[in-house]
Parts: sequence; structure tokens; C-alpha cells
Amino acid sequence: MRYDTILRIGAKLILPFILLFALYVQFHGDFGPGGGFQAGVVSAAMVILYAIIFGLAAAQRVVPPILVETMVPLGVLIYAGVGVAAMLLGGDYLNYSVLLHDPVHGQEFGILLVEIGVLVTVAGTMTAIFYTFVGRGR
Amino acid sequence: MVLLTLMAAVTVGVVRLRNLFAVVILGGIYSFLMASVLIVLDAVDVAMTEASVGAGIATVLMLGTLYLTKVEEHRPVHTPLLPLFVAVVTAAVLVYGTYGLPPFGAADTPMHLHVAPYYLAQSIEQTGVPNVVTSVLASYRGYDTLGEVTVIFTAGIGVLLLLKGRRRDGEKGDKA
Amino acid sequence: MEILEPILHHYNHWITIFLMVSGLYIVVARGNMVKKLVGLALFQTSVYLLYISPGKILGGTPPILAEGFSVYSNPLPHVLILTAIVVGVATLALGLALVVRINEEFGTIEEDEIFEMISEE
Repeated sequence: MRYDTILRIGAKLILPFILLFALYVQFHGDFGPGGGFQAGVVSAAMVILYAIIFGLAAAQRVVPPILVETMVPLGVLIYAGVGVAAMLLGGDYLNYSVLLHDPVHGQEFGILLVEIGVLVTVAGTMTAIFYTFVGRGR
Repeated sequence: MVLLTLMAAVTVGVVRLRNLFAVVILGGIYSFLMASVLIVLDAVDVAMTEASVGAGIATVLMLGTLYLTKVEEHRPVHTPLLPLFVAVVTAAVLVYGTYGLPPFGAADTPMHLHVAPYYLAQSIEQTGVPNVVTSVLASYRGYDTLGEVTVIFTAGIGVLLLLKGRRRDGEKGDKA
Repeated sequence: MEILEPILHHYNHWITIFLMVSGLYIVVARGNMVKKLVGLALFQTSVYLLYISPGKILGGTPPILAEGFSVYSNPLPHVLILTAIVVGVATLALGLALVVRINEEFGTIEEDEIFEMISEE
């Protein structure tokens, strides 16, 4: 019972920092190591840690399975949508240079949007797979 | 060097052990050692991905599978001489092949001379992003990343199709 | 010193070959399905090492452009292997889901027992 309390309080202290680290890795992927995939996996690890310590029912109240299952195709839609938007604005498919007024800024904006799409799909898929595996053994 | 020898030792453990729980934990240790080796080889993005994915998600999923199935492995019925022979012959042929490879760390091999200097020189001017791996992944080779996101999406859909729904307790009669 | 030279030049490659061959041995020789999947993951990580170790230049830095550095390691294998790692974990998840379903159908995950059950029907 003592160890249970230590785990719960320790997890509550550290979970916001894990989310902060995931967002840091995502948005600093341009200047250091990082990017969408690492950030998505770290976000999924945060939800998995919460589910391991506080139970699956509590985790599914905070991050409901409907939200997670919607996130899985949403990231692919964002990625493909950036390509279609580039085509509508006059360039080729996935040519980021036409997205803004300036080719270099357009490339940076396109890379940002694309990495957000990757983050959403990876986090959603890893969390959905974890929910499915653990929810099976009832 | 030392890290690579440690990885080889962990691999021998994975082959020989029969308790699957220990095998999965050794797999996690192996992924962390691989991430350290990758940092020594200057691949920082890959090291972060391998550490988080290999030692995090793969270990969690395999422990989840062990929770749903059993934990011991059966003793093999017949001694596997033919696979061992095939493995040793393959290893010998590949080691003979490595004598034609350039030595480790050389800077004048063909892979460093043609496409890579173009990306290293042009990345800041054309995309404004200092991390060359991110700019190649998201901008120069953006189609491959689109395909990769689609593969992850497909795997997620596949797992949801296979395992969703309430577990039927061991009876196959009402599946029609 | 002449004997040590091939060892220093090719030690990475030999360890990679050892990991690859032991992964192959686990997949072929062991009957338990979860252990086969662990062997497959072992094989995949040895292939990552095979791709990335020729990309390193002795005296170079990680491929992040910054002031003061001029020699960078090759970024192209890193991009390829980043994709390969994530695809590898996706197929591992799918394989584990299949193992769980096989276990529910047959009650076991040993290959020889499943073959006996199929050949008896």
C-alpha cells in the first residue's frame, strides 16, 4: 500500500513533464533531433503510463477510445490535405513553396503542418493498439 | 566496440532462454544498447526513435501479448541441426563478403560523394531548416513519409479489426 | 598490427552479421510464435546497423547544420532507417495481434502442436 501511494504521486508529478517533452521534441525537430515520430511515441507513452498506474477505466475516461480512433485517420488526412492545398494554390502535389508568400517560409510552414499530421497519427495508433490489447483480456 | 560486444552477449541470451518474460526484458535492454550504439555512430534522430519505439512500445505490446497467452516456451523436440548449419554457412559467406567493403569511417566512399553533399549544402537555403534529416524526410522525400504514415494507419486499422470486441471465452460455436 | 587492421576496419560488419544470423536462427529453429517475432525484431535491428555504420565519417558530427562544423555524417541512411523503424513496430503490433487470435482459436502458440491439431481434422 505504501508503494502504491508512491507510484501514484510520482506519476502525477511527472506526467505533465512528459507531455511537455513530447511537444518540445515535436516543435524543435527543425533545430535538433526530433520530429513527428518521436513526439507521437512519447505522447502515447504518457497515456500508457497513466493507464498502467491508474487502471484502464480511468485512462479511458480521460482519453476516450472514440477520440483515439478518430485521431488515427485524421493525421493522414492532414498530410494529404497539405498536398491538395498546394495543388489548389497552383503548384504540384506536396510542393510547399507555393503555400505562403515566400518559398522558404512556405517550406517551413509546410514542414510544420506535415509533422503535426505525423504526430496525430502515430500517437493515435499506438494508443489505440494499447487499448485494444489490454481491453481484450476481460 | 564495447557496446557492440554487449549487444552480441544479449543476443546469445535471447536465443538460449526459454522464459518468455525474460526474453522480452532482454529485448528492451538490447534496444537501449542499440540506441547507444547509434549515438556513437552520429545518428541522433534514429537513436531517439529506436529508444522510444524499441524499448518502449515494443516491450509494452509484447508484455500485453504475454498477459493474454502463456509465459514459458516448450523444449524443442528435435535438435535443430539443419538451421544451425544454414546459419553458419550464411555467416561464413557474408564474412567473406565483408573483405571487399571499405574500412569503417572512410570519407571517400561513393555514398558520400554524390547526393549527400547536395542536400547538406542546399538545405538551409531552400528550406530554412538546419536539421538535414527533418528537411529531407519532410520536404525532399515527402512522398516516402506520406507512404509511411499510411502504413502506420493501416497497421492500426488491422489491429482494431482483429482484436476489437468482446472476447468469447474459448468457444468457437457461435461464430457463424 | 597487420592482424588487427581487418578487425578494426570490419568489427561493425562482423557484429552485424552475427546479430543477423542469430535472428535468422531464432525465426527458423524455434517453434514458439512470440519468440519468432522477437527474433524477427532482432534481425530488423541488425539491418539498421548495417545501413547506418557505413554512413559515419570519422571526425564528423551529426547532420545538423551549425556554425563551426564542416564535416557531417551522411544524413540519407538516417532518413531511410527512421521510416524502417516505425514500419517495423507497426508490423510487430500486427503480428502480435495475430498471435493473440491464434491463441484464442487453438489454445496454444507452439507451432508443432498447431500442426498436429490441423492435421487431425
